[in-house]
Amino acid sequence: MASRAQRMPKSLRIASSLFVLLWFFLAAFPFFWTVWGSFKVELDFFSIADWTNALTGARTEAVYGSPFTTTGYEGAWIQEEFWRNVLNTGIVCFFVVTISLTIGTLGGYALSRSTYNYTFWLLITALIFRAMPPIALVSGYLLPFFEWNIWGILPTTIIVLVAINQPFTLWMLHSFFKNIPSELDESAKVDGCNQFQAFRRVIIPVMWPGVITTGLFSFLLAYNDFAVGAMLLSESNRTMVPAIAAFLGTTQTEGNVMFAVAAVVSATVPLFILVMFFQRQIVGGLTAGAVKG
Amino acid sequence: MFLKRIALAGSLAAFAASAGYACEIDGRVNIVGNEFAAIQAVAAGAKECTGASVESNLTSEHQTINVAGLSGNPSEYTSAIIANSSIVALMNEDVIRPLNDLVEQHGQDLQPGQLIKIGDNIMAIAFMANAQHLMYRKDVLEQAGVEVPTTYEELLEVASAIREQGIMQNPVGGAYASGWNLAQEFNNMFLGYGGQHFKPGTAEPNVNSEAGVNALNMMKALSEYMNPDFLTHDSNATNAEYRAGNVAIMNMWGSRASQQTTTEGVLQEVIDGHAIGAPLTVGGGDTPASTLWWDGWTVGKNISDEEAEATFIAMKHGIRPDMLNDETTPLAVWLIEGYEPAADAEGVFAAAKMGTPAYPMLPYMGLMHSALGNELADFMQGKESADQALADVEAAYRAAAIEQGYLQ
Amino acid sequence: MRHKTFLWFFLPTGLAMLLFIAMPIVSIVTQSIFAPHPAVLLEVESCTPLIGCTTETTIDQEATAALREAQPLGRFVGLGIYFDRGHLAIQEISQMWASNETWDGFFSELGNLPFYRAMAFTLTFTFIVTPLTILLGLVIALAVNSLHRHLKGLMIFFSLLPMIVTPLIGSLILFWMIDSRGVIGNALVYMAGDPNFSLKASTGLMWVALMVYGVWSSAPFAFVVFYAGLQTLPQDQIEAAQIDGATRWQQVKFVVVPHLMPLVTFVALIQLMDNFKVLEPIIGFSAGAHAQSLSTFILNDMSGETRQLSSAAATSVMTIIGVAILLSPVLVRTWRDFKGAR
Repeated sequence: MASRAQRMPKSLRIASSLFVLLWFFLAAFPFFWTVWGSFKVELDFFSIADWTNALTGARTEAVYGSPFTTTGYEGAWIQEEFWRNVLNTGIVCFFVVTISLTIGTLGGYALSRSTYNYTFWLLITALIFRAMPPIALVSGYLLPFFEWNIWGILPTTIIVLVAINQPFTLWMLHSFFKNIPSELDESAKVDGCNQFQAFRRVIIPVMWPGVITTGLFSFLLAYNDFAVGAMLLSESNRTMVPAIAAFLGTTQTEGNVMFAVAAVVSATVPLFILVMFFQRQIVGGLTAGAVKG
Repeated sequence: MFLKRIALAGSLAAFAASAGYACEIDGRVNIVGNEFAAIQAVAAGAKECTGASVESNLTSEHQTINVAGLSGNPSEYTSAIIANSSIVALMNEDVIRPLNDLVEQHGQDLQPGQLIKIGDNIMAIAFMANAQHLMYRKDVLEQAGVEVPTTYEELLEVASAIREQGIMQNPVGGAYASGWNLAQEFNNMFLGYGGQHFKPGTAEPNVNSEAGVNALNMMKALSEYMNPDFLTHDSNATNAEYRAGNVAIMNMWGSRASQQTTTEGVLQEVIDGHAIGAPLTVGGGDTPASTLWWDGWTVGKNISDEEAEATFIAMKHGIRPDMLNDETTPLAVWLIEGYEPAADAEGVFAAAKMGTPAYPMLPYMGLMHSALGNELADFMQGKESADQALADVEAAYRAAAIEQGYLQ
Repeated sequence: MRHKTFLWFFLPTGLAMLLFIAMPIVSIVTQSIFAPHPAVLLEVESCTPLIGCTTETTIDQEATAALREAQPLGRFVGLGIYFDRGHLAIQEISQMWASNETWDGFFSELGNLPFYRAMAFTLTFTFIVTPLTILLGLVIALAVNSLHRHLKGLMIFFSLLPMIVTPLIGSLILFWMIDSRGVIGNALVYMAGDPNFSLKASTGLMWVALMVYGVWSSAPFAFVVFYAGLQTLPQDQIEAAQIDGATRWQQVKFVVVPHLMPLVTFVALIQLMDNFKVLEPIIGFSAGAHAQSLSTFILNDMSGETRQLSSAAATSVMTIIGVAILLSPVLVRTWRDFKGAR
């Protein structure tokens, strides 16, 4: 692409760079503002008295003698043991991504190779399933889960998240497999492989980019999930986002907003590492996949 | 969690001091409830019991899971900690048991006021109370040369004086966020004007009345002195305004009083000027325009009698007089014997003394509260008349009540 | 692929969806046509701490239990809940129709019914946010694609930020920023030149804020998908177009956009669906006074002190139907492609 960029006329290049700069500002400004504010006391973060307090940290200085404080982070990580929630989220994310990719790959592959009408209807059904608001689904699970004694534990939440995420995974992977020429596995079958062997020997080696991109979206879903975790996990197994919500307090009682802000900022760090690590594959995956509608 | 640990440490100390007060149980105990500090302390107290497992799940989502968690046989939870607004959901579904026999056996030393009776049945044991009452800045009121108001009419005069003298542009605070908060403020005002939400003995709505129109007009008048964004201000946001020194007077939850000026970074003038007062009356009425709340625990119905007994003993251990110490006392206005109200609790006690009505404990009150929360915002924005807004509330409530089988 | 092989491949994912989505949907549909039994009410004396005793009404559990036992599903109400005031409000509409001579009067009364008011917002939101998201995503993708190699990775991460930060806190922070005393709000007040200017107090401006948030938070998704699509852009076609003397704009229009068309369909499908279910910004911005959607109705029904499960179920079913209608043009197209591809 660099070659195309070089051919751009100067005016367009400047305009394009300015636009990227503008978008960078729009996308990242609230986040940087939050990072800056996470080292302040709540009255500075929500600087009601004077908005410049958020920058100068006037109240923080009055309390701690310095415009920066790490009490939010200490509160969240040491007092409230936020790392437990991070750990739970880690477990949930890992298994959700693994399971949902494993079964999604098999299903998506089958959907892409079968030419019967039912594959279309299965895809449409999956899409309609996705239309169901998750909170309505989750409240339907409560009673049976309590009766079967599987409420409150991580595996239940993992399975539910996998199931809820399947429609999206199937759609993406199906389109991705559509782009891998079916001659590849057909020829393997001619060589005496059955369908599964053909899948294992021929398709698995070339499918990684698409799978990793789909995995990113599964990961983000499990990572940011609130509705499922809040209703299906007991207090001791709580994941990150419900824990952050708990820092915020309720109508009749006070919360601690700064714990929540610090927690959110620190929760972004692993994602930064992850995206930097996988950036080539993330984009590469969609490239090879070229998701089709 | 931190608060839980403090509470635990505190109550362990108390436990050691009163050696010999043991708690032995022989059945499983599992508690579901909200997660604020006072409830954490009670649950920690219950967990001191030995002989069987005592677990708890304290979460702000407790209302969505407690009915399902108390259903089934045996149910996951043996006790739910609830308030007077939420006990009705459990009674409607018939998942909690009357406690008369257990009180007789093990609860002789409970205060009579702690027993929540529905008819002859004791359905819950209350351990803390709450009410909305006045919080104000005495320095600002002095500066404006006005007295502390005792009625909402006087509050309007105070607000007007503060604004006219240019001390504050929007001196009144209020948790008027559309939804639950707005409906709660209406309930306060409506009861203050002597209104009754329902026709006696039925589920027929009765808010479209003179009291209802008066209540709305008073709320509208108050909102003129509030920040123009008042429909997005919940109690958190209102409190933040107060701490930043932008608000001089407001009706606020007593449960928040003890932390009002201790949060980091509160302006010095707010700390110095902060004062609390009794809830206000309105329209010449005698009872305050506020509601009284309690939090208490219940025992599930779908569990064995041994578990019920163990739950009762453990929960009672959680609210025994000994559990009050320097850490736990300021957490709430306790209804426990031997509780010495701190200055922060005066507002709630004043509310009780003045005969503030309890938040209505009716099976269909939740539906009314939701309908109010959804339909009143239009009036507050000046988009429709008070009559129309109240007619809409009644229509929305009626549809919900017919669905739930309270109306035909 | 043979039916049997297909079955084995599809079984795990099919089973997961059947158990955790299809079966709950069946139970939700059932719930929406059954309502709780009429409650037998009883007046009793109730006693509360600090107050004393008052007369309260409660449910006669014994009498109600008998009814429940006989019909555990509840009483059958057919489509009654779908047609009541909280939903389609058929009766109210026919009354309005009869009592109003003019369209104006009819519509202003229609706007007083929660369902139709929510629909007005939801559809406006969906049809403004979806195309803008696609457009913005495409422009960002084109612009980032022309950046220097080393800058791309960083830009991808920062572009993903609006999607990564949990909406719970993301909308809270933005909500504070647009407050008339927040950093963005202050800038707006300065620009408007009116010290009493407040975005949160006006329905129109609140709608704008919600839509801006909607575009902002979903642009990264569109961007990632389009950016990837650009990597497979056939260079020979671009070169051929250049040789034909196509301007840059014509290249984008006749080569790039057609190449990305399948991706546009995919993004449109997902975005139409998600925007129709808009929930987080309304909650995060406390915008309940100005905007509602079907999803906020479901949340309200489920989170009240008395949960209205039948009503929430009916709204959920209507959400599915609404999404199906919304997506039908795209689906018909997909069906043609599917038929054509075979």
